[in-house]
Amino acid sequence: MSNRVNVLKTCKLYIGGKFSRSESEHYFQVLDKKQKPLANLCRASRKDLRNAIQAARKAQADWAGRTAYNRGQILYRMAEMLEGRRDQFITELERAAVSRRNAENEVDLAIDRLVHYAGWTDKYPALFSSVNPVASAHFNFSIPEPTGVVGVIAPDNGALIGLVSLIAPVIAGGNTCVVISSEKHGSIACTLAEIIHSSDVPGGVVNMLTGFRADLVPHLSAHMDVNAVLSAADDTDQKKIIQENAHLNVKRVHFYDGTDWLKEQSQSPYYIMDFQEIKTTWHPVGT
Amino acid sequence: MSEKEITTRQNLHFDELWAYDPAPESPDYVKIEEKYDLFIDGRFQEPESGRYLRTVNPSNETVLAQVAEAGKKDVDKAVTAARKAYDGAWSKMAAKERGKYLFRIARLLQERAREFAIIESMDCGKPIRESRDIDIPQVIAHFFYHAGWADKLEYAFPGYRPRPLGVAGQIIPWNFPLLMAAWKIAPALAAGNTVVIKPAETTPLTALKLAELIRDAGLPPGVVNIVTGAGQTGIEIVNHPGIDKLAFTGSTEVGKLIQKAVAGTDKKYTLELGGKAANIVFDDAPVEQAVEGIVNGIFFNQGHVCCAGSRLLVQEGVADELVYKLKMRMESLIVGDPLDKNTDIGAINSKDQLDRILGFLAEGVEGDQKIYQSKCDLPEKGYWCRPTLVENVSQSHRIVQEEVFGPVLSIQTFRTPAEAVTLANNSPYGLSGGVWTDKGSKIFKIGKGIRAGVIWANTFNKFDPTSPFGGYKESGIGREGGIHGLLPYLELSQ
Repeated sequence: MSNRVNVLKTCKLYIGGKFSRSESEHYFQVLDKKQKPLANLCRASRKDLRNAIQAARKAQADWAGRTAYNRGQILYRMAEMLEGRRDQFITELERAAVSRRNAENEVDLAIDRLVHYAGWTDKYPALFSSVNPVASAHFNFSIPEPTGVVGVIAPDNGALIGLVSLIAPVIAGGNTCVVISSEKHGSIACTLAEIIHSSDVPGGVVNMLTGFRADLVPHLSAHMDVNAVLSAADDTDQKKIIQENAHLNVKRVHFYDGTDWLKEQSQSPYYIMDFQEIKTTWHPVGT
Repeated sequence: MSEKEITTRQNLHFDELWAYDPAPESPDYVKIEEKYDLFIDGRFQEPESGRYLRTVNPSNETVLAQVAEAGKKDVDKAVTAARKAYDGAWSKMAAKERGKYLFRIARLLQERAREFAIIESMDCGKPIRESRDIDIPQVIAHFFYHAGWADKLEYAFPGYRPRPLGVAGQIIPWNFPLLMAAWKIAPALAAGNTVVIKPAETTPLTALKLAELIRDAGLPPGVVNIVTGAGQTGIEIVNHPGIDKLAFTGSTEVGKLIQKAVAGTDKKYTLELGGKAANIVFDDAPVEQAVEGIVNGIFFNQGHVCCAGSRLLVQEGVADELVYKLKMRMESLIVGDPLDKNTDIGAINSKDQLDRILGFLAEGVEGDQKIYQSKCDLPEKGYWCRPTLVENVSQSHRIVQEEVFGPVLSIQTFRTPAEAVTLANNSPYGLSGGVWTDKGSKIFKIGKGIRAGVIWANTFNKFDPTSPFGGYKESGIGREGGIHGLLPYLELSQ
């Protein structure tokens, strides 16, 4: 047996394509499933959140402007990266939350879910578009476009699969997002950020924050440059705060509480459509 | 065209040579009761509140009728009736039979179309040409379109089972009174819901006439309940625990209050809110067509249109010529009696709305803005506003940022397409936008750049039941019309 001391990873926030500590330098400790210290995570501040929203806004037009084909390839690349680090995630999940068998299942499913949404990017617009037979001499069609910047609040169940199931449809549809990871499983979110970072996902498309929901959710839901909020955190009080704050700039809000993300059916193009706007264009037909 | 050419050009004298003889549509033909009660559970009932409001003809300030004001108890009665109808006849009825009731409403409306058009113009102030040729035909088309959906909903959502939500509470504005009622009632019923709807306090009459028609059509009692009233009645609907879904069309201000009020509940909602649409004219646009489009964009329905093209953005090279021609065209617009078939611009819907519009203009005069109004005569009585241009404005001016909801157009110029898109999107709203150019590729690029739910390219203010309508950003949530307008009234299960 070697006496080598292994090297521990410092977990950081992921904002605008860069890993950084919280500007507040606050942290919190998370425990593994045996209640032993697992990691010190950054406790993101309101300022970190604002920086993340700014990064997401800056990245949005370019991301939405990419071809659907390109976005699909990038999501597929995420799946490739996750597959390559499958063992690491199994180990981390097993230590943090679940049995080895369940960890294997969860990682495999997360990889497959990314592949699933990678394949949707150039198909959902065709399914949800329409050419509308108006009763006048006009050509009229409706297409989906991304809502914009989406705040994503991760569930505590499904440390990895929950995160992937929320982020993938949001970005597949051309939105950018600011993710508030699970308070219990922030370390998994930090590692997933590394996958995103190495998968050709442009900086700012996914911004990953660790911290306390109570610190961040009120500000995220009240921020005037966030177009939508998605929460799967299953927290009644925070749900009401989000719903109430949404009125400040007519945010779209969706709650996926109580969803079992390990189920095969917990994926569908309707998750993409929750963060799409329908644009209808008219043009006269004539000479 | 140079400035000199414009100023030396001889103006047309519309007032002398182009006068039209009056061609009024007679109101004798229609019957308006002195007093209307609430339509609940299939019959007209006196309000528990005991209160009545007056509805006024805005073109001559005469009282048209007394209309019940529904209080808390009345709304509760209506919701209870809607729930009973939902649990009973309506949800048990075969979808195709449900559809046939909607077809029947469409047909009955066709039979009585002119009557509805006249009452709409009297109560709302809009020109008879618009109520007769646009509002009422669109109402009919809306019922006809959605009637056909009733037994075909599963085709709209392959792989899913669509189910109605229950009781829909609906609140509508005064600018297209019956059309908005149709936009709300038709999809709700087609999807299998029952309805409690509140028309606007200044324009309740056509909805009450629709209540008569729905009664005549033999719809099961309680499927459609029409409760008239003002803001407080709307609040009672929003807060009623028996409402499963809310659909609101109106101002962004009120839409936000509704969104806040339903926080903490499971009520679903759709909101069609305000707008401040940019109508962008490029220098390669067909100018005459663009002028017509601008006029239709802002002066249609006295500018009481949420998607009105209220901000003209014109490329510098064509600005002088376009504004000159626009002013000439404005001189030919006839403002006056809504029942006259020659009228282009009718009465402002209410004294309150007129004051609001005039407030914007007064502020402009105090500032450095250049206000141009056509020189037409106005009737002595009633609420009127001449078609108005406001030049010399900047992006931060209130007239550029806020919804005026009147025949008032602000004008800004731009140099590059990118600048036009930036100006267009510099607004919390995102309901509609216009693009005028002869170049197809530019239409698609600019149309994609504008963050709004409806883009009119080389046209403006067109509507159709098959065409989804609704806003981005603070202009609302959800769509009405078309296949996309169905989901807000349904839930899907696998």
